This record gives sequence, structure tokens and C-alpha cells, in this order.
Amino acid sequence: MLRTTQSRISLSSLHLRHSTPRAHCYRRAYATSYTSLSSRYETYYGGSIKTFYNSTLTGLSPAENEFREAVWEFSARVVKPKSEVIEREGGDSETHEYKTLIEVHKEMAEMGLHGVTVPTEDLTSSLGLGLSYTHHLLAMEAISYSSASLALSYGAHSNLCVNQLSRWGSDDQRAQWIPGLLDGTYIGALAMSETGAGSDVLGSMMTVTKKVDDGYVLNGNKFWITNGPKADVFVVYARDVVEPGAKQTYTTFLVPRTTPGFSTGKPLDKFGMRGSPTCELIFEDVFLPSTSVLGDPVSLQGKGAKILMSGLDLERLVLSGGPLGIMQAAYDTAVDYVHQREQFGVRVGTIGSMQAKLAEMYTKVNTARTFVYAVARAVDYHNAEAQKQGLGPKDKGYTYPPFQRRDCAAAIMYATDKAIEVAMECMQCLGGNGYINDYPAARYLADARLYAVGAGTQEVRRWLIGREVNSDFE
Amino acid sequence: MRPSPARLLNILVPVKRAVDYAVKIRVNPQQTGVDLNVKHSMNPFDEIAVEEAVRIRERLPKGSEPINITALTIGPPKSIETLRTALAMGADTAIHVEIPESAPAPEPLGVAKAIRAIIEKHKDKEGVDMVILGKQSIDDDLGQTGQMIAGLLGWGQATYASKIDLNLEQKNAVVTREIDGGLEQVRVKFPMIITTDLRLNEPRYASLPNIMKAKKKPVTKLTPADLGVSFEPQMEILKVTEPPKRVGGAKVESVDELVEKLKAAGFNAV
Repeated sequence: MLRTTQSRISLSSLHLRHSTPRAHCYRRAYATSYTSLSSRYETYYGGSIKTFYNSTLTGLSPAENEFREAVWEFSARVVKPKSEVIEREGGDSETHEYKTLIEVHKEMAEMGLHGVTVPTEDLTSSLGLGLSYTHHLLAMEAISYSSASLALSYGAHSNLCVNQLSRWGSDDQRAQWIPGLLDGTYIGALAMSETGAGSDVLGSMMTVTKKVDDGYVLNGNKFWITNGPKADVFVVYARDVVEPGAKQTYTTFLVPRTTPGFSTGKPLDKFGMRGSPTCELIFEDVFLPSTSVLGDPVSLQGKGAKILMSGLDLERLVLSGGPLGIMQAAYDTAVDYVHQREQFGVRVGTIGSMQAKLAEMYTKVNTARTFVYAVARAVDYHNAEAQKQGLGPKDKGYTYPPFQRRDCAAAIMYATDKAIEVAMECMQCLGGNGYINDYPAARYLADARLYAVGAGTQEVRRWLIGREVNSDFE
Repeated sequence: MRPSPARLLNILVPVKRAVDYAVKIRVNPQQTGVDLNVKHSMNPFDEIAVEEAVRIRERLPKGSEPINITALTIGPPKSIETLRTALAMGADTAIHVEIPESAPAPEPLGVAKAIRAIIEKHKDKEGVDMVILGKQSIDDDLGQTGQMIAGLLGWGQATYASKIDLNLEQKNAVVTREIDGGLEQVRVKFPMIITTDLRLNEPRYASLPNIMKAKKKPVTKLTPADLGVSFEPQMEILKVTEPPKRVGGAKVESVDELVEKLKAAGFNAV
């Protein structure tokens, strides 16, 4: 089940005059903003990535485009060469070291990728870039193009953990954790799902927290936790013990790995996203001081549901970059292959039925991307407006943008559906070769499939959008 | 009253926006040049120059003379991106001599004269101590600019540098040059021109924080008129063609056959 290196008959005609920079006469060239848009494809790191990403449709500002090109260059230079190793190490059932993933995690830290949405003047760290969710989405897409597994771990770390901590954490908590999370020392994770609590995450949650004298005691299990095997700190949601008949509340905690009573299970053997470490978390009478409550222990105790729900919109938005990246990679692979493979004396890409496939794939990639980018822009706009009035999600006067919930859910729902379709079609375009693990098609499909159940299921997303639409009529 | 600060070491790094090295270039239909609607980036040798300037600053012991690195480019509006790259790598300020989009690419003599004009402008302030640039640019491979600047200014030059050892007390540098026969060491006094060769260093990649900081660094815009120079081309390109396509060879069975074929092709014994 381990992937071997790509066979020679393949996609390497993409590699123009590329050779390892030290050997070659001319060094790597730094990607520069390339909005002249006259070439039909973009290249990064000397052609290591050649992508038919259509930047005329993105509506990105020149600054956003520069950012995008910088992260794609990083993806080509740092992530792509290691993507196979990351998959292989993840699939290794003997040692679960994830050595290369951790290395790249540190390189991403040097690049400044972990704190894209963390404010720069955050009293805790100067590594935050203070940029928008659009930027984070762009970074996620670029990484996902080269390694969907790494992108998933990156998303869980930088958005699920870091962003929640940055938005809700107390000054002390941020001072304690943000610098290490941003500079690559720590890996973060977030835990809400359980074996018995997936879609009904709040209603069926069994991990309970009981208030004791100077803190809380946590008991329960979490499941399907990305980065679980390697994370140093976890944002954990737990159900509060309340009086019978009283309203059920939840509390969010910051749990360091070293807390006594906390342990992790064996990494899960997954169908796809094999490079990303996933496991069960076990809490056995874990004592947490009051300072572990995420944010203010008084005002945010029992507010776990609010914190959880607010994070989900942004999680869906940023993680939409995952399927977008996979989809573009699948399209690029397919379109290149069908112009190399010849049958009946012609390149198979010129045969009508194949052209139709390319047309479908092309349209899906670009519609999904355009929609997701539009949602990101709307979210950023509302954030900026709220900030102008000095309001944050913690503040009383903060009003929730009316379309945000349904739009973020729609973004990831649509991107995921299309990514799975495009990946499936990519496998078909490669014919028999799509079925061999030497080619990336199988990996794209397996990786894309995750998003139909990860960060929410397609069914919940549909139910939620419907509920939001219906609420307009109440 | 505070004593005036120690004199800054001013390094000027001219950089050029050129066709990206990985692009598969094609001759344009008019056969006057190559299709320029392709990806551009900083000339790789100029990247090495920027990196060396930044390393010179990093190599200085703490508390010594502060250094100012100014990146300079002559080009159309898009060339600002090349300056941003230099600023993101560690340059402090930048100068953009803007020429129209439609103007032909400046030639080395024009560039050298413009650089002389800029240096002369700076003479009234703190002056330029060192100009470090790539030995050649990968689009025209002319390799003349550095030498021309030295000639026009009457400064010492060390070209094809693969190692630079500055001695600020003695106000000179020992530079190892890559020449055909091997390596040569020269000592050159301040102020100096250095052109960089491939093995001088490996340029750093700018991180996102540095890219963002670069946006705040000052860029001065100038026009050729401000400098009193003209970039009127002195050369006229008559024709650009691709090299002839390789044709297949033929195998021979023996040395005699080889000699026969060579004679038939017009090669005679010397």
C-alpha cells in the first residue's frame, strides 16, 4: 500500500530545464508577482510545479496574488519533494515518528505560515502575520496541492488550534503557547469528535468535565483527532456536569500533552491522508487547573458551545483550501497525461470523450475555487467591518454576519463534492495507470474523500445550510 | 549634542528583472527577440549579489558600523516586484528608475551611466562605498555592466567573485575570482565594484514576515531625465533565430568509414 516513486513514463516532461539548483548553472528563481496573465500555466521552483491554475478568475488583489505566489513557491520548493516521504512515513505501522512531517512543520514555521491570521502586535508573539482568512485559505490550497496530508495537519494546527487560541485565549495562555506554536516548537490540535459523537458532536458528547475545588476533572475519549499522535497542546471541548434539569453547557480547555491522566492511542490506519497523524485521545481523571479554561475562566466557562460553533465556520472556510488544492493537482495531472499518452496515432486528450472530461474537470475546479474565494472575501469583509467598530466575537455588540454560517458550509460542501468528482475523473483519465500507486491519481482520490467526513460531513453541511435558509422564514 | 554617528557603509546593489531561468523561451514572430509574455524574476546572479550584501552586514561584529543596502533597478513599472524581492531578502531601501513599458531593454552602457549618475547624486550625502551586482544577466549574457561602471567611475573592480573578504580598517577587500585557469585573488580598495559569480553564496528565500516588512521599506522613484541619462539603444538587433534543430546522426562500422564520411563532409586532415 506504500507508494513507490513515480514511473518514468510519466509527467516529467513538465520539468522544463529543471534540475537541482546546486547542480544547475542558474539558481532557483524567486517567484514574482505574475499578473500579466499571458501564459496559460504557472511554474514554481524552476518548473517543479507546473499548474494550470487560472488566476484570471480569482479576483485576488495584487498583494494577495503576491502572497499566493510566495506560498506556491514554498509548496514547490519545500513540500513537493517531501510529499512521498510524508505519505510513506505515515503509512509505516511500525514506527510512528512522522519525522519528515515534523521537519516540514518547522520549515513552515520559518516561512511564517503558522500564524497567518494571528495579529502581528499580539502581545505574545511577533511571528503572527495579521492577515485575512483569504490568505490562510490560499496557504492551505498551495500546501494541499503538493501534499494533502501535510495540509490537513497544517490546517488542524494553524486554524483549528492556533486560530481558536488566538481569538479566545487569555493573555497568559497566548503568551505561553502562541510563540511555540508559531515558531515550530509545538504542534497543536483540536478535539471535539468522539467515537459516539460525530455529527451530533454536542448532543452525544460523553467527555465530561466536573468542577472541583481549584479546577476541573476531565474524563472521556476523543476520536479522529488530527495531529493527536504528535501534538503538544490540545484545544478540548467537554460537556459540563450540570444540575438535573439545568441547561447543558460545555467548556473549552487547553490541555498540554504532559498532563497526568492524558494519553493518546495508536495512530489510525486510514484510507487516505496517510501522511497526517490521527488518533484517539484518552482522558482518565485528568485534573486541569482553572487557568486551563480557554480564555477567561469566569466569563468563558460554560461557553464552549459558542466557541466551538464560531470556530466551525472559519474551519470550514480555511479547510476548503484542502479540496481546492487536491482538485487542481488532479486536473494538472490528468491534462498533462492525456497529452502525453498516444493511442490510435493521436494524443488521447484530443479524443472527444476525453475532451468532455477535461471540460468538466476544468469547469468544476474553477467554479469551486471562485465560490470559495468569494466566501472568504465576504468573511474577511465582515471581520474588517467589525474590527473598525472595535468589536470582536467576545464582545457584546458583535453581530453574527447573517450569511456566514451557510456560506462557509456551502464552500466546503461544494469544494469537497467537486474535488472527489475531479479526482475520480483524473483516475479515469489515466486509464490503467490511474490504478497504480506509482501515479498520484489514487492518492488524490483517497485524500479528497476525507473532506466528505472530515471537518463535518456532507450531510450535516446540507442540513445546516437548509436550516439557515429556513430560518429566514421564521 | 550627540556626536555624529560612525559613517555608514553604503552598498548599492543593482538588480535586473529578467526572464525566469526555467521558462522555455521562444523566438518572437518578428525574429527580433524572444517572447517576453512569460514569467520574469530577478536575475539569479543579482540574487547572489543581494545575498552577499546581506551577509556582509551579518558578518560584521555587533556594534560596528551600520550598513545601508540599497537595491536599484532600471525597468518598467513591473520591475518594482524585483525590488520587493531584494527588500524581502534584506535590503534596506530601493531605487526604481522607471522607463516605459514599451521601451527597449536598457543596454549595459546606458545602465552604467545611470548608475554613475546615481552614485554622483549620493556623493553629497554619504556616498556609495561598494557596488555589487551579478556578473551577467541571463537574458542577454552580455556581462559588461559591472566593468563599465568601474571604467566610468575610475573605481577598482573585482569581477567573477567567488569569495569576498572585507577589511574595513584597511578599507579594502580581498576577492577570489573565478577565471578560466582556476582561482585568482585580488586586493581592491574602497570604493569598489564587485560582480558576483555562481559559487559566491546560495541566496536565501524570503519568509512571509520579511515579504510583508518589505512593503513598508522606502522605494524612491526616478526617471531617466532626473539622472540626465538616456537609454537610447546603441545596438540594433538584426535577427534572432533558434539554434538549428539537431538532426539524427549515423552509426559507422569502422574508423575508415568514419574518415570517409568526414572527408565527404568537407573536413580535411590538418
